[in-house]
Amino acid sequence: MKEQQKIQHLYFRACFGIDFNELEQQKDKNLKKVLKEVFEKNSKIKNIEIVEKPKVENRNNLTEQEKRLLRKGSRQKIKNLNIAWLKQMAEPEYALREKMTLFWHNHFACKTQIAYLAQKQNNLLRKHALGKFGDLLHEIAKDSAMLQFLNNQQNRKEKPNENFARELMELFTLGRGNYSEKDIKEAARAFTGWGFDFSGEYVFRERQHDFESKMFLGKTGNFNGNDIIDIILENPQTANFIVKKLYINLVNDKFDEAIVQELATFFRKTDYDIKALLEKIFSSDWFYEQKNIGTHIKSPIELLVHYQKFFGLDFEDDRSWLFIQKVLGQILLYPPNVAGWQEGKNWIDSSSLLFRMTLPDLIFGQIEVDFNSKDDGDADTEGLGKRAAKTLQAKVDWSKITKQFLVHPQEEIAEKLQVWLLSLKPTNILENTQSLSKEVFTKNIIRQLTASPEFQLC
Amino acid sequence: MKRREFLKQSALASVGTWLIPSFLKAFDGQNTNFEGKRLIIIQLSGGNDGLNTVIPFENDIYYNARPRLAIPKDSVLKLNTEQGFHPAMSKMKQLYDEGLLCIFNSVGYPNPDRSHFRSMDIWHTASDSQEYLSTGWIGRFLDTNCEKNCKAFSAIELDDTLSLAMKGEKVKGLAMQNPEKFYKMAKNKKINANISHHHIHENVEYLYKTLTETVSSAEYIYEKNKIQKTNLEYPQNEFGQRLKTISQMIKSNLDIEIYYASLSGFDTHVNQLNTQERLLGMYSEAVYSLVMDLKQSGHLDNTLILTFSEFGRRVAQNASLGTDHGTSNNLFIIGNSLTKKGFYNQAPKLNLLDEGDLKYEIDFRNIYATILKKQLHTSQQSILGKNFEELYFL
Repeated sequence: MKEQQKIQHLYFRACFGIDFNELEQQKDKNLKKVLKEVFEKNSKIKNIEIVEKPKVENRNNLTEQEKRLLRKGSRQKIKNLNIAWLKQMAEPEYALREKMTLFWHNHFACKTQIAYLAQKQNNLLRKHALGKFGDLLHEIAKDSAMLQFLNNQQNRKEKPNENFARELMELFTLGRGNYSEKDIKEAARAFTGWGFDFSGEYVFRERQHDFESKMFLGKTGNFNGNDIIDIILENPQTANFIVKKLYINLVNDKFDEAIVQELATFFRKTDYDIKALLEKIFSSDWFYEQKNIGTHIKSPIELLVHYQKFFGLDFEDDRSWLFIQKVLGQILLYPPNVAGWQEGKNWIDSSSLLFRMTLPDLIFGQIEVDFNSKDDGDADTEGLGKRAAKTLQAKVDWSKITKQFLVHPQEEIAEKLQVWLLSLKPTNILENTQSLSKEVFTKNIIRQLTASPEFQLC
Repeated sequence: MKRREFLKQSALASVGTWLIPSFLKAFDGQNTNFEGKRLIIIQLSGGNDGLNTVIPFENDIYYNARPRLAIPKDSVLKLNTEQGFHPAMSKMKQLYDEGLLCIFNSVGYPNPDRSHFRSMDIWHTASDSQEYLSTGWIGRFLDTNCEKNCKAFSAIELDDTLSLAMKGEKVKGLAMQNPEKFYKMAKNKKINANISHHHIHENVEYLYKTLTETVSSAEYIYEKNKIQKTNLEYPQNEFGQRLKTISQMIKSNLDIEIYYASLSGFDTHVNQLNTQERLLGMYSEAVYSLVMDLKQSGHLDNTLILTFSEFGRRVAQNASLGTDHGTSNNLFIIGNSLTKKGFYNQAPKLNLLDEGDLKYEIDFRNIYATILKKQLHTSQQSILGKNFEELYFL
């Protein structure tokens, strides 16, 4: 395999693809050096700070009308957060960190109606995206949006609520079958009194906490929530569970048991160092094997980031971004439930595939969209995925795109574009339009390549 | 020129021809006439207020809990001595009077979830409240049936996007607004199955398989679907037209077992009365036309219609002339050969609430299990995972 293809593969999986010029510059470089650069140059932190901290107030004193206005304002702010994040993913200096923030958003899937809390959680995920998994887990367990979403605010000594404890084990760490119902009950007792106040900050309500002895995963003691998390982190199953999910997401949805085992052992030995784990994955030979190239079905968000990144695409009306997310089944900050989005083949059915393959005609052309998103029935999110205009035509600077190819003869351009945009060679016959200007020709080929089934993969 | 040839020669496509491996050769439209049984599923999205749909007009608790929202006894369309329909549902009352309707009260599931998405997921996947499944119950029905009849278009959703209920592991249903639009969209994707292909990844193969199925299904449905005359008036709104499309496809004898359509807007937290009246009227009129249409053409004998919503609403009204998310709800089954007609069970017990919410008495999966066995002739085990007792209504 050519070094260039390996570099492209690395950028597809670790980031959100690579610019054409950069690929041209990097293609003769040593892979190890490129990998080092990815971790140095593409993992900067930029917090999203567009929602101000709300005034401290007791919402119970508000009238229905005031509450409704507040909710409406908050919904708009969450949409703004969605767009701001989507755009930040396309910026190269943050790409690796944002890719992992997206991974953790799907892992610790959470929804909130309070925009400030959504922003706060998002920045928390970003902060630890490449750090220690243990730190991330400890902080997410004290995160207000999560405590609210999984009903821990209602978890009191007299009447424990098991929701958080259950999902902590089933979805966040151990996976089904590695704990008992009794373990859930005992862990729930340890998290009693963990909540948040009106300002959205974590509080420990001592009077609601159960200080008695608990028996959890074979250990006995006066455990609190922190102890429970530490016991979970000592369990080898936690590393297995996280590594397997990462492997499926970053390498191949058919996982290799031996490799997962080896990586899990490494993950535990490094005290759950996410960055070290990623470096190990991306520097291994098996990562670049043919069977792992071009097999990943892009999530709708990955697809949209690719459109931005490759073609500098943007819309007059931001709602177009939300409309496409809705139609394709993935709206940032609105995961379907605590289990997150079902990835891989689940993204593709007849209608989502047709829409993906028609999308280039809609955004690069002027065709009217005869396609609607489904109303999910929730009056609160009504309009979230409503189409903004009759067309989805985007703003694209074609001369800027074409400029990158001016040095190449026309007969090479199609080949160059394909090698840059796709991991696999498409089976379609590109329509030959040699007599056109370079700009029209380039546009034409891009429309054809992005409409291919192969563009849905990377 | 036949449409098939036209499709192959069409030069309108904006993109090139997709060459697909020959082993994925497109499904060829068969000319078999459908003889099996059908199921139509109608989803009322948003959580329809069941207590103002089937009204317990002799119950003081109902009137006390809803001083400004309760439907006055005088205007209730009485079905028996204690329950009756919302006044907008006169057409549904006709179906009831003709013995074509069975009403189930207090349908739900253990540990009810009050989130729209989650509760809808539970109804779609037929999971337990604490369980997350990635396939739907109809999707798993398609999977189970795949050995003898493996076609995506065995299940059609009248919409632009496909619901989780329709997604299986191996087979997923198809979503389309109507055959013409679907065909128009798919025909640009020219495919050519005449190349032999080298080895490809499973996911690439999956994409090409989906594409091929989509294009050939669109072609088959478009060719076989014939405009059928009807003297019945369907409401001009989108929901009415979707049900009309369904009746037309059934009358054209298309090889489709499941049809799915949704009507949304039932999340009535605010000013419920007008909204719900409009929606229930729309539902009632469209369903009546569909049932009569199928009856006149002799297709009702083989067709069953299920109507559900993800949850009911709380018993008491809220401060905004609306109702908030609740738990169990009523559910309708319509068919020509019901063994149980009218009410399946007693009215909900408003004196035995769980923190202001109705307690469920029938798990919806008992109803699914019965439909799977009696209407779709499939064992429930592989679809529902465990055994739910069948109920006696079919």
